[in-house]
Amino acid sequence: MGLTDTDRGRAQEIIARYPHPKSALLPLLHLAQDRDGWVTPDAMVEIAALLDLTPALVLGVCSFYSMLKREPVGRLVVSVCTNVSCMVNGGSDLFEELRARYAADPDVLVEEVECIAHCDRAPAFQVNYDFHGPADADGAAGVIGQYQRGDLVARTISGTSPAAVS
Amino acid sequence: MADADGAHETRIVTEFLRARPDDSWTMEAARTHNRAYQSLEQAFAMGRPAIVEAVTASVLRGKGGAGFGTGQKWSFLPKDSFPRYLCVNGDEGEPCTFKDHMLIERDPHQLLEGIIISAYAVETELAFVYVRGEFALGAERIGQAIRDAYAQGYLGKNILGSGFNLDVVLHRGAGCYIAGDETGLLSSLEGERAMPRIKPPFPAAQGVYAAPTIVNNVETISTVPHIVRRGADWYNSMGGGKSTGTRIFSVSGHVERPGNYEVELHNTTFRDLIFGLAGGVRDGRSVKFFVPGGASSPWLVPEHLDAPLDMDYVQGELKSMLGSGAVMVFDETTDPLLIAWRLAKFFAHESCGKCTPCREGSGWIEKVLYRMSHGQGRPEDLDLLLSFGNNIVPGLNAPFAQTTICALGPSTMSPVVSLDRWFRDEITERMRRDEERRDTLDVVPA
Repeated sequence: MGLTDTDRGRAQEIIARYPHPKSALLPLLHLAQDRDGWVTPDAMVEIAALLDLTPALVLGVCSFYSMLKREPVGRLVVSVCTNVSCMVNGGSDLFEELRARYAADPDVLVEEVECIAHCDRAPAFQVNYDFHGPADADGAAGVIGQYQRGDLVARTISGTSPAAVS
Repeated sequence: MADADGAHETRIVTEFLRARPDDSWTMEAARTHNRAYQSLEQAFAMGRPAIVEAVTASVLRGKGGAGFGTGQKWSFLPKDSFPRYLCVNGDEGEPCTFKDHMLIERDPHQLLEGIIISAYAVETELAFVYVRGEFALGAERIGQAIRDAYAQGYLGKNILGSGFNLDVVLHRGAGCYIAGDETGLLSSLEGERAMPRIKPPFPAAQGVYAAPTIVNNVETISTVPHIVRRGADWYNSMGGGKSTGTRIFSVSGHVERPGNYEVELHNTTFRDLIFGLAGGVRDGRSVKFFVPGGASSPWLVPEHLDAPLDMDYVQGELKSMLGSGAVMVFDETTDPLLIAWRLAKFFAHESCGKCTPCREGSGWIEKVLYRMSHGQGRPEDLDLLLSFGNNIVPGLNAPFAQTTICALGPSTMSPVVSLDRWFRDEITERMRRDEERRDTLDVVPA
């Protein structure tokens, strides 16, 4: 599935903000990821056409940035920080425990990330780029459960607020 | 704010967001309860040269890490060369730095007012705010602030009848530390991999789209309205030497009250910050070592606690730097090898791959530190690290020389140089013991 007509309209708005269209590449990759939950090969080809770039170049840029996923990741991305301030406050254990707990759940991706600038709440983690912490594995699982039940409204996989994507 | 030890905050850019924790980011609160946008008319009345002069005279220095003079940077723009651009660096990624995160989320109008004044001063009609991709709420808040500012006539054509036009574009990153490097940011903004570019040409001469470009940090730009309103003399009456005014320090690790603290430079010490404000080390323990300015800065030890928070002192006398203002505190139970390995892993992960010494070196440093911190080290490993590190940082003396385009390369050696400086004997002895023990144990190699 690639970009819809609505997306295409929004893409043109985004491109128009910049003096050079190529600057719209990251925003358009976020847009595609918002739509599909990941950046599909089709979306990369379409973005390349919109910006007059080669698909290879789009893939090259896409693969450089850690927030852009090139395979389906489910509905929730849980980013656990294990950099030093979180590490000395239990971040590494939090990551390992959550990864094990959700290993079989196709809807939840638990990933290890570098410092997310939330070190005063260590160990810190994000759920679809909402900040949480400090928490142990049970506490974090409780938060993830709230998103799963809809008690907390998750952002998109690209961290856009739900209201901004329709 | 004074506590028993006399340590206190001097809140300038953090004053309003601390005073209104529930709504400081809204246009209504910022205008009703703060002076949001009230410096604009004053700035337009002053005129461009007077603003640049005030910022230069204030000795405002970049608060992202490098500490370059903001007015001086602005003055490097070539005359009569248009278009030109202002890029605000909100890609905060230096480990354990969380001040811009707070400023973007909680006082976006202060930042925007700074952008308008700075853009006017450097004569650009288009400014970009590059916000780290993971700061989703921050992007939402600054995005809303931009829309509200257009609605109120603070952005767009002929702002407040001044004849000055300005558009501000919010640009979200997508997960990449090196986009926070000045030129890496420009590459990223152009839709490229965020690979830094060789300097010169400096961005002020040739930046985004090969046009003259000023790149300033969020905290730096947030300070500008205060300097316009209260004057250069007010700003440089705080602090001392070439470390004037305040800076926000992000204190984390084994401290009682981790957080952001805005303090006067030069007249505040690490002890004031770590013990006075952050409450000291948890559980009655003591400081083993601390990292004074982000992962890129060489570590310091308890004997440096009474050193002043002065950029030139920390660089000249202590051979480290205040960098991004991230102070990480580690107690006596901490394994310095484990911290060094984790920081090395960070650099290896974030190396963009453009320069060979960094791309190859960061990976090897991480591998050797991994085995050293996981019972597989050898007594000669520290020297091995220093030996190949010398190819990344010739001479291994701070401030670091570099064989790479950007500072990430030399930063990879910061943890190693620190181990050598403060923990050499401890590590060599431990490696010797580990090696002996390995001969008698059935250990799976890492």
